[in-house]
Amino acid sequence: MAGSGYAHLRDSDDVVLALRDIVVEFRVGGGRVVNAVSRISIDVRRGETLAIVGESGCGKTTLGKAILQLPAPNTGQVMFEGTDLTKLPKEQLRSARTAIQMVFQDPISSLDPRMTVGEIVGEPLWIWGRGSEADREAKVRELLNNVGLDPELVLHRRSYEFSGGQCQRISIARSLALEPRMLICDEPVSALDVSIQAQILNLLQDMKDRYGLTMVFISHDLAVVKAVSNRIMVMYLGKICEVGSPDAIYSKPAHHYTSALLDSVPVPDPAYQRNNVALQGEPPSPVAPPTGCRFRTRCPAASPLCAAEEPLLREVAPDQFVACHHPRL
Amino acid sequence: MTELFAVEDLRVQFSTPRGQLNAVRGITLSVRAGECLGIVGESGSGKTVLWRSAMGLLRGRKVTRTGSARLEGRELLTLTPKEVRQYWGTHIAMVFQDPMTALNPVRRIGSQFVEALIKRKGMHKDAAMARTIELLRLVRMAEPELLVRKYPAQLSGGMRQRVMIAMAIACEPKVLLADEPTTALDVTVQAQVLELLSDLREKLGMAMVIVTHDLGIVAGHTDRIAVLYAGEVVEMASTLDLFANTKMPYTEALLKSIPRLDGTSTDMMEVIDGAPPDPMAETVGCFFAPRCKYATDKCRHEHPELVDDGTGHFYRCFYPLGKQS
Repeated sequence: MAGSGYAHLRDSDDVVLALRDIVVEFRVGGGRVVNAVSRISIDVRRGETLAIVGESGCGKTTLGKAILQLPAPNTGQVMFEGTDLTKLPKEQLRSARTAIQMVFQDPISSLDPRMTVGEIVGEPLWIWGRGSEADREAKVRELLNNVGLDPELVLHRRSYEFSGGQCQRISIARSLALEPRMLICDEPVSALDVSIQAQILNLLQDMKDRYGLTMVFISHDLAVVKAVSNRIMVMYLGKICEVGSPDAIYSKPAHHYTSALLDSVPVPDPAYQRNNVALQGEPPSPVAPPTGCRFRTRCPAASPLCAAEEPLLREVAPDQFVACHHPRL
Repeated sequence: MTELFAVEDLRVQFSTPRGQLNAVRGITLSVRAGECLGIVGESGSGKTVLWRSAMGLLRGRKVTRTGSARLEGRELLTLTPKEVRQYWGTHIAMVFQDPMTALNPVRRIGSQFVEALIKRKGMHKDAAMARTIELLRLVRMAEPELLVRKYPAQLSGGMRQRVMIAMAIACEPKVLLADEPTTALDVTVQAQVLELLSDLREKLGMAMVIVTHDLGIVAGHTDRIAVLYAGEVVEMASTLDLFANTKMPYTEALLKSIPRLDGTSTDMMEVIDGAPPDPMAETVGCFFAPRCKYATDKCRHEHPELVDDGTGHFYRCFYPLGKQS
C-alpha cells in the first residue's frame, strides 16, 4: 500500500494515541465511494502537539473526527491510552470521550445562540453531574478566567454578543471543562483575523502547559502550525506525505507537496521573490484517486514508477519520514 | 497618474438602538488608474464599510454618509440607487469574501453570467454564452463548456472564487474591488487566486483594491497600502516603504502578529493585547493608545492628525517609529 507504512511509528511507553490503518470512506450514491482517509497510521506522545496539515478535502478533519468516533472509521484501530475506542460499547465510549475534547473551526456556529456563556461552558459539567451547582459555577468562572475572559462580564451574555476571537475563547473554555487529557483543534484560527490568531494560538499553548494536554492541531496553514507543534504530518488525498519534526519539515521538506505548501504561504515582505511557481490546480477527486502516488498528477518530479507503485513511508533523515519515490533530498 | 476613484473625508455612521455607531471616521484616499491599493485592518476597522458605502451598497435611513466618493470625477454619494447601479459592473466591480454564498445556488453558473452580460452589455444570448466561456477560460478554469452547466454547489471554494472573479471582470470595469478575496480559501488556492488577480490586472489594465486583514497577502501584490484602525487611516505609503520603513506602532504590531515561516520559532507569538475601541464611544486621544506599548500621556489626551513625512508616507502618530524621540 502506498503512502502508508509504519516506519514513522514510535515504540515507546508514552504514546497516548495510536492510530492504526485508519480507513474512512463515505458512500456517495451510484456505488461510488469517497476515500476520505486511506490507511493512515500515526501516534502521538504524551504532552506532544501533532499537527495535521493539508488542503481542503485531504481528509484531515475526517481523521481528527475519526479519533472521537464521529463517525467511527470503517476499519482500523484508535488506541487511546491502551483502549481501542472503535471496539468500545456505546456507553463506555461516551465516558471515554470525556478525556478527548474538540475545538471546532467556526467559533460562532459551534456555540448555541440561545444559551448563555455560563450555560455553554458549564454544560459538560452538568451533563456529567460533576460537583454541586456552586462547584460548577466556580469551575466555570475559573475556566473563563483562564481563557482570558472576565466571568462577571460574560457569564450571562450570549454568543452572538461576542467577536470571533472571544467565541473561540469560549469554545476553548468549554472544551477544557471536563479536564480532558487530549484536545483536538480543528482549524481553530482559520476564521479569525491575523492579529487575533496569535492571541488564540498563545492561549492554546498556555492551556496546554497548564492542563498538561496532548494536542492534535489540524490546519491548512503551515505558518500557523509552526508556532504550536512538535511533530507535523502532511496529508494529501487521504494519505500521509511526510511526517517529521518541525525543524526538518520547514528547513528541508522532502516531499514535493510539503515544499509546494511552504511556497504558497504568503510572505509579509514586498521584496520577497518566489522561487517556485505555486502549486497549480486542485487535488483530484477522492472518489477516483490516482493510482500509485496520489500526488503524482500535480507533482513536478512524477515518473512512471509513481503511477505504478505507491510509495511507502521511509526515513530520510532522523525523525523525518517521507512517502515519495523521488524525495527532494 | 490620474485619480480614478477617490474618497474624501468619508464618514459613515449607523443609527443603532444604543446610539450612533462611527464605522468610518473621515477617510481620504484615492486609487489611480492601473494601480493596486491594499486596504488592511482588523475586523471592525471599517474597511468593508468604507467600500460598501462608497459604492452605494450601504444606504438607507439608518446610514449617514458624509464626505465624498468620486469615480472619474462623478460624485457617487448623491446618486439615486438607480443611477449608481449603472456604475456597478461596468465601472466598478466587486469580488466578495464568501464565494459560497455570493452565487445563486439554484441557478447554473452559465445562466448567472449570461444575465449580467445581456443586461449590461445588451448582448444576444448566444454571444453572451460564448463570452462567458471565454471569461472562464481567462480565469484559468478547465473545461469551461462543461462548467457553465454546473451549479455552484458542484464547485470547490477556489473554483467558485474564480467564477466570481470572472463575473466581476465580465463588463471590463475600470476598478476591481476585492473584499477579502482569499480568506475563505486554502493557502495553496489563495496563492493561485492572488496570482490570477495580479495577472488580470495587468492584462486588462484595471485598477484594483484588495481589502484584507492580512498584511502578508498584500505584500507581494499591491503598489500602495493603507492601514485602517477604528475607522481611520493610520498609515499609508507605497508597499515597499510601508514594510521597510514602518512608522505606525499599530502597523508594526500587525506585522509582528503574522505567523511566519522564517525567523526563529519562539514559544509564544507576539500579540496585540486588548481590542479596538468601541465604535459607539467618544474616544479622546489616539485610538490605538490603550493598546500601544509606546503610548504617552499626550497620546491618551490628544488625537494625532494624519501627516506626510514629505515622501508621500502618511502616518497618524506623535512618536513615529524609526525616529529618535
